[in-house]
Amino acid sequence: MVAITAPENLVYERPQSFTDSPTHYCPGCTHGVAHRLIAEVLDEMGVTGRTIGVAPVGCAVFMYNYFETDFVQAPHGRAPAMATGIKRVLPDRIVYTYQGDGDLASIGTGEIVHAAARGENITVIFINNTNYGMTGGQMAPTTLPGQKTTSSPNGRDVELQGYPIRMAEMLATLDGSGYVVRRSLHDPTNIRKAKKAIRTAFETQARGLGFSLVELLSTCPSNWNITPTESLKWLEEHMLPFYPLGDYKVAPSVTAAKI
Amino acid sequence: MARELWEGNQAIAEAAVRVGLEAYFGYPITPQNEILEWLARRMPELGRAFVQAEAELGAINMVYGAACTGARVMTSSSSPGISLMMEGLSYIAGTEIPMVLINVMRGGPGLGNIAPSQGDYNQICKGGGHGDYHPIVLAPASVQEAVDLMPLAFDLAEKYLTIGCLLLDGSIGQMMEPIELPAMRAVKRREYPWATSGAQERPRHFLTSIYLEPYDEEKTNIRLLKRWQEIQDNEIRFREYYLEDAEIVVVGFGTAGRVALSAVRTARAQGIKVGLFRPVTVAPYPYARVAELASHAKTLLVVEMNSGQMLEDVRLAVNGRTPIEFYGRLGGVVPFPDEILGEIQRVARETPAFVDDPARVWLKRMDTVVKE
Repeated sequence: MVAITAPENLVYERPQSFTDSPTHYCPGCTHGVAHRLIAEVLDEMGVTGRTIGVAPVGCAVFMYNYFETDFVQAPHGRAPAMATGIKRVLPDRIVYTYQGDGDLASIGTGEIVHAAARGENITVIFINNTNYGMTGGQMAPTTLPGQKTTSSPNGRDVELQGYPIRMAEMLATLDGSGYVVRRSLHDPTNIRKAKKAIRTAFETQARGLGFSLVELLSTCPSNWNITPTESLKWLEEHMLPFYPLGDYKVAPSVTAAKI
Repeated sequence: MARELWEGNQAIAEAAVRVGLEAYFGYPITPQNEILEWLARRMPELGRAFVQAEAELGAINMVYGAACTGARVMTSSSSPGISLMMEGLSYIAGTEIPMVLINVMRGGPGLGNIAPSQGDYNQICKGGGHGDYHPIVLAPASVQEAVDLMPLAFDLAEKYLTIGCLLLDGSIGQMMEPIELPAMRAVKRREYPWATSGAQERPRHFLTSIYLEPYDEEKTNIRLLKRWQEIQDNEIRFREYYLEDAEIVVVGFGTAGRVALSAVRTARAQGIKVGLFRPVTVAPYPYARVAELASHAKTLLVVEMNSGQMLEDVRLAVNGRTPIEFYGRLGGVVPFPDEILGEIQRVARETPAFVDDPARVWLKRMDTVVKE
């Protein structure tokens, strides 16, 4: 009999940076995937004990329950400011925020733009699922043209409700940005790429090379009113064309660091 | 240490530096800019944190983040900027972590003006942002007193895990006075059992103001309230002048109290039995002492640079037992000592009368003071 619990046979386990707590996320939501990627990166870098996370207002408000790191929880949109305050008094710690699209691209635009402009040595994980998840699926700044939400019941009319914001592209224009990329969580290949980007973002911070942000295209089956599988497909078909994946800013110093 | 001539704002900033300020985050607004400017030079040269934020929202949340690490941290602003900070202040109060806020008040509401005012008494003394909480509010009447209250603001905030606020107006911020500054102390970060500084060789810490379960939120509210009662029991501070035999008790805080003191001295020279009660902690408010003074006085005369905001606390303390008169100037107007002297003389001359609302009677009198 093969002992599957023997260490040499172990191919997959719960990251050390995770607590034992199950998450509260809806079935099929990609928050869990994003959390796991962060936990794996923290494990691999061996920085769990000196990392401080900044939880947002939104579905991930309780993410501090799932990580073995220290955590604070920011007012809506203000996570980059809180992270700045922490990082400025504890410059040798790893400080990151985890923010949704309403948080980062609407109420918190001032904070995120200026954190990037200052070249604040923090990492931002930006979850873009085109709606306000926790409050019940209202229109977000990232909601696609024509997309139906509870506050754009006839589909987002850009004449009345404006156009979506491509945050990664916008923040990449700022000189303080060291590493700004967009990845997606809709299939294993992209999830692996997303993890690599998260690692690069944290390494950018660890080396003091400026502001780093990874935008992760994510799903919200509950508020999109489709199944988890359909959600992954919807992301691929509708979000990828509007939000192209790619590296929008990789500062020469980050390239030179060969992370 | 020798007395030196210092501008109020700069003196406050330097006092904070000397008592171990580790981080400052602010945003320009008149009449407190000299605090930001002073610290822009001082903090980096000492290797301490300074950020000019993108807005007051950013500044207060940088304070929030830094306070979570257990660092001694402060911000400063003036009335419209303080309004913007209310969200962060409420979160900080709900998270039960210490910080110091300096509020150099100016005329309002709205954009108002940049002249000295006391119009934000209610805003900060009655909590400010949403939810049940009370900041500790200290109201200096001179540059020296502001400097002396600086370490106290930090100590009280850190002892009670709350917001310590220095509430002054533009005149104290802008005037120059001979003062003695505290000696330079080494920065010594307190070891808080809750600080989020990295979970190395200890269980993780997290700091939040969310209590989704109402019973948990209620417990938190009760904890905050009990702490506030402890503050009320132990931290009341005030100054008294010529009150031993006073028949008229003038009550005023900050600059209004200081101007009133000049008037009280002149009135005393004229044989009027008048004294001054000047609360230094306006939150917690010295209700018991005001009640005690009212029981011996014929009349109380409340003087403020607002429409009678502290007057409500005096009325609460006096509870209808003694007649109360009110005199206020508004919108950035500072009363002259002669105006208050005139009020003292009028009160001494007239038979004390109980009125429903002293502010209504005052407002009618203002028709002759303020001409179209």
